[in-house]
Amino acid sequence: MNDTQNIIMVGVGGQGIILASELMAEAALLAGYDVRKSEVHGMAQRGGSVSSHVRFGREVLSPLIEFGRADIMLAFEKVEGLRAASFLKPGATIIMNDVEVVPTTVSIGMGTYPQDVQERVRDMGFDLVMIDAQETATRAGTVKAANVVLLAALASFLDIERETWLEVIRRRVPKKFLDVNLEAFNLGYGITRA
Amino acid sequence: MSEEVKLLTGDEAIARGAWEAGVKVAAAYPGTPSTEILENIALYDEIYAEWSPNEKVALEVAGGAAIAGVRALASMKHVGVNVAADPLLTLSYTGVNRGLVIVSADDPGMHSSQNEQDNRYYAPFAKIPMLEPGDSQEAKDMTRDAFEISEEFDTPVLVRVTTRVCHGKSPVRVGVRAEVETREFTRNTAKYVMIPAHARRRHVAIEERTLRLAEYAETSPFNRVVRGNGGIGIICSGIASRYAMEVAPEASFLILGMTHPLPEKKIREFAASVQRLYVIEELEPYLEDRLRVMGIEVSGKEAFPRCGELTPELVRKGLFGVEPAPVQIPADVSIPMRPPVLCPGCPHRGFFHIVNKNKLHVTGDIGCYTLSALPPLTSMDTCICMGASISAAVGFAKAFEDQPGKRVVAVLGDSTFMHSGLTGLMDTVYNKAKVITCVLDNRTTAMTGHQEHPGTGFTIKGEPTYSVQIADVARALGVKHVHEVDPYDLQATDRAFKECLALDEPSVIVAKRACALKCRDADFSLSVVDQDQCKKCKACLKIGCPAIVSRGDVIMVDKSLCFGCGICRQVCPFGALVPVE
Repeated sequence: MNDTQNIIMVGVGGQGIILASELMAEAALLAGYDVRKSEVHGMAQRGGSVSSHVRFGREVLSPLIEFGRADIMLAFEKVEGLRAASFLKPGATIIMNDVEVVPTTVSIGMGTYPQDVQERVRDMGFDLVMIDAQETATRAGTVKAANVVLLAALASFLDIERETWLEVIRRRVPKKFLDVNLEAFNLGYGITRA
Repeated sequence: MSEEVKLLTGDEAIARGAWEAGVKVAAAYPGTPSTEILENIALYDEIYAEWSPNEKVALEVAGGAAIAGVRALASMKHVGVNVAADPLLTLSYTGVNRGLVIVSADDPGMHSSQNEQDNRYYAPFAKIPMLEPGDSQEAKDMTRDAFEISEEFDTPVLVRVTTRVCHGKSPVRVGVRAEVETREFTRNTAKYVMIPAHARRRHVAIEERTLRLAEYAETSPFNRVVRGNGGIGIICSGIASRYAMEVAPEASFLILGMTHPLPEKKIREFAASVQRLYVIEELEPYLEDRLRVMGIEVSGKEAFPRCGELTPELVRKGLFGVEPAPVQIPADVSIPMRPPVLCPGCPHRGFFHIVNKNKLHVTGDIGCYTLSALPPLTSMDTCICMGASISAAVGFAKAFEDQPGKRVVAVLGDSTFMHSGLTGLMDTVYNKAKVITCVLDNRTTAMTGHQEHPGTGFTIKGEPTYSVQIADVARALGVKHVHEVDPYDLQATDRAFKECLALDEPSVIVAKRACALKCRDADFSLSVVDQDQCKKCKACLKIGCPAIVSRGDVIMVDKSLCFGCGICRQVCPFGALVPVE
């Protein structure tokens, strides 16, 4: 089971994490892998923390990743990336969207938003890649495609052909939004490996 | 022809399995994690699907259809089965004509529930067979085959799933629909009319049925043995089997897909073939206790927790004593909590601001409004189950009768009111309880993702239908004082409360305003903070709007989040929150 790739996606409800993880899982299936994915629906739109686990490989059984065994993290929001860091293998890569969404708890004085998320993550030994997905998505045509920019950044780290990803986007995204999402993917792909 | 493989959630797979089984009638009330089962069934033209007002109605609809001669399914979350328990336990006695399947979607870990009851106990309690899928393929196959079992043994069948199965995705080899002939219904009072004389005979019949089902369980393909190399044997079911197989690939497994009645011979054989036997199951020691009654020595809940969800790391710890040692987040890093909150523009926010202002006791209910129990609103005193707001308020009101000055309001949503609010409201009138019943009518079942209900005017298939008016219902039940207010209008809402508080009898306030997530294109002016006027009193922060952000000493509105409801502008005592020009 050592060939299984464990991907964790984290962020805030409403950021498009579930759609991104759907596309991720579909791409893995189309590439010929077994795949399992898990997240919790229901509260996702209410601004709470959201995480999605995607696992693919020759044969996958559990839909959940064990603590300390995720190969790579896609963090749609900074502090959510820090919160989920214990899922990662030592030295794993975190692709982090350069966005801070301040929780309501902070505004009412129940906690503070850490100002040194990047430094902390690096101190823990992770390989941190920062991305401004909002800016890139805006260039593609709409800030709403930030999730696809992030997915593309992740895609360039995985053993799935670029064309497979594009095919999945063509299948899953409604025609009206297809061009802008394909452009967002193209701008995001390899953004981290320039 | 190669089989088609689709990536499906467990809920989607159950819907597919029902379709393949030739189901003609399906009914449900929404509830996480079961909601998407019926949403997906409703996409099939061949199946009549309905959102029922509650789970009891849903099961009775499905049960009626099965007796009348077509395959039928009812799906619900775990606590929904409590509501449907009355028909469930007697439908077991009547049996079926065509197949009847009940899906119970349990929520270990309580991602979106008020308790984490283990509904596997309903199977022996109702004396009906139970199947427990562990992934989407099994969810599809077991749902399909459950109809065969139902018809062969003349019994409803319980398919019990959990959140990680319902909302997990995995590949499914899908099949085609079997068109199943409608079976003619002929009157059979001894079987379907459960008067005591008939029911006594049926009780004997279902005890015999259980014995036959126990024999069948020995041969069920869903109970399978996977041989490993080591001396460890693991008996498991559902999602726990997937965690266990991954964590202990060397072990031998007896994976039970049919968990009532149990295949006792198969279990004894397996137990005798291994050196050390574990039962790995989520929540209660359902299998473990049964094994102990069989006299089998087994390790279970002393190694694996009874509370909360199982995870692969908990299974590893229980089996091998190995604590996960991930990279630790340094102790001096404080990560702020991010619980779900009322959305920007949520019509409940202004309502609870007024409730707090009037210093009222609040019996709450199940829905988004329960999020107001958390800071900063902290508006709620109780949340028990669907509909309990009103009936518990009757109890509060009676208890408060000799405590002057204490007043209680019951708060529930429109869909919850349809589900089980009517009887409670009738009680306020019948038994003269000084309760103000507040229905937060946001025109949808919001918490579970915006499903239609009897008040919205549409069916699950999007067909227009009669829209039950809550104010009319209240008047029809005998409530004399019924107010309809717009909760965006704080003054009007406050006035309605003042009028109701002056009364010595029951009253109703319907706070009517569509869910903000349902009318994103509404044309409102956004708010902005006039920094010259802002006195930093933080009154605006007390309404808990995610769009109002406090950064250092500055309070501002995040334009990308602001909905433009204007509640903050009514709350600010200094006129510092103003509409954007």
